[in-house]
Amino acid sequence: MFIIGELINGMYSYIGKAIAEKNKGVIQKYALDQLKAGADALDVNCGPASKQPILDIQWLIETIQEVTDKTICIDSSKPDVIESGLKVTKNKAIINSTTADVAKLDKLIPLAKKYHAKLIGLTISAKGIPQNKDQRLELAAQIVATCSEAGFLLDDLYLDPIVMPVNVAQSQQNEILESIREFKILSEPSPKTIVGLSNVSQGTFVRPLINRTFLVMAQSFGLDAAILDPLDSELMDAGITADLILNKHIFCDKYLEAYRKK
Amino acid sequence: MALQLMTERWSGKISVVSIGATKEELGTRTHTIRIGGEESLPCLFQEAPIPNKPAIAFEIWDIAPSDWLDELNKVYGNVLNDPLKWAEKCVKEFKAQSLCIKMQGAHPDFGNRSEKEEAALVKELLKRVSVPLIILGCGDDTKDNLLLPACSEAAKGERCLIGSAVGDNYKTITASALADGHSLIAESPIDINIAKQLNILISDMGLPLERIVINPTIGALGYGLEYAYSIMERARLAALSGDKTVASPFVCFVGQETWRVKEAKTDHPEQGIIWETLTSTALIQAGADLLVMRHPKAVEKIDKYIEELFNHK
Repeated sequence: MFIIGELINGMYSYIGKAIAEKNKGVIQKYALDQLKAGADALDVNCGPASKQPILDIQWLIETIQEVTDKTICIDSSKPDVIESGLKVTKNKAIINSTTADVAKLDKLIPLAKKYHAKLIGLTISAKGIPQNKDQRLELAAQIVATCSEAGFLLDDLYLDPIVMPVNVAQSQQNEILESIREFKILSEPSPKTIVGLSNVSQGTFVRPLINRTFLVMAQSFGLDAAILDPLDSELMDAGITADLILNKHIFCDKYLEAYRKK
Repeated sequence: MALQLMTERWSGKISVVSIGATKEELGTRTHTIRIGGEESLPCLFQEAPIPNKPAIAFEIWDIAPSDWLDELNKVYGNVLNDPLKWAEKCVKEFKAQSLCIKMQGAHPDFGNRSEKEEAALVKELLKRVSVPLIILGCGDDTKDNLLLPACSEAAKGERCLIGSAVGDNYKTITASALADGHSLIAESPIDINIAKQLNILISDMGLPLERIVINPTIGALGYGLEYAYSIMERARLAALSGDKTVASPFVCFVGQETWRVKEAKTDHPEQGIIWETLTSTALIQAGADLLVMRHPKAVEKIDKYIEELFNHK
């Protein structure tokens, strides 16, 4: 499981404040804490309060790159903010994200190619959030076809089925899980699959339990990556154990520690 | 149509372990042996770099082995009684590039030599030969906990490979390797789960994973070789996929395993040599990085095999 740590997001007050005050220590601490907890990559988002996201994203990325070379996942709905971030990333980055809209794809696929970045494609369009598996597959196929035509490597594409809160979209959960499995058979090589996990538990009282139960279920449907809070150690332990049961790691008594040593 | 190879892209690589410190590195060895560093499965030369060829060490003992076969006794003759002459014969006559000395005589059942005597032997051995050294305990945990620290200290700074750390007994030897600048053999009984666990326990004590060599334990041809092969393959696949806890080079004690099977004990000339040679070739294909061997003729054949294999890439 490829884990992208979600905590460096200006939406959280401590990060928003650190961005406003240009406090590198806070950002670097959250970067290192997440990596130590087992994250493979770090999502970076300036948040809605940022007045200068084009500059702030660069400051965030450069601040993080002072302490780690791990993958940066540039999170913005604005292509110019993403490109600004791509300009300063040292290693292969991940673009988070494009929708299935042609206008968005036409901007972001060339950017991903130009900067040799990976790309997250949300199965969502200007028409709104899909309501069932078939709509998700249709949007996924559109993203895959556009990437393929543009010569973008499908190995580097992550498809996100759009996780919905269980308290408002209970009937959709099974459709979302099944979409994960079916995305994988859209092309050869398969696109990868990803979820923004914490959405599933929005507005509920037992968020950690719902998050980790959904994660484990999604893994059994073939999920490749997740954006989540790696400091939730029970969530991470559940994810690592699910990978173990799926025979993705070699068992040993200290398998949890072994995973975090990688 | 031109042949197009299907190659795999791996994210991990096997760590490189160096054995032997030269004068520049404040040791006294004439050369260093580097093992590991593979970035693909064994022998897939077109796929990714395989920077180091498998290395061979000659096995010698501190006492004359009582149960070695005539085929071996014929070769080594009276030097079996003198580990220093035995070592010199391997280096001078058989061009050994490294030696593996087993302190069998320290075992309570095989003479119970003291750790002082054995440490003195290590010191003398380092003076008499200048190839990199592998030092093995006697296999008795209690005795090894006295013996190996003494031998480790006697060879301080020479960057030896010492062994073996096992699941029930790894702390003393790990501390010694750390203190004296050696690398460590971690031995598990043909069990990938224990191999991984042991590597973690050792690295938890502060010895970097990059200074561990895995002894996966092997069986000779016809005696579980394929089982050892599958364990090695499993570890390599995980290591190349990014699991650093099993990304160690392999040492395989081929001589010890092959010269005790019944096929080596027949009257047929050279059958033991053939068994040692064939077991070695299979293990090289399984990913062995260091082979500890006994018969110089088998070593000669394997040397040639390695040359041909690596020159045809």
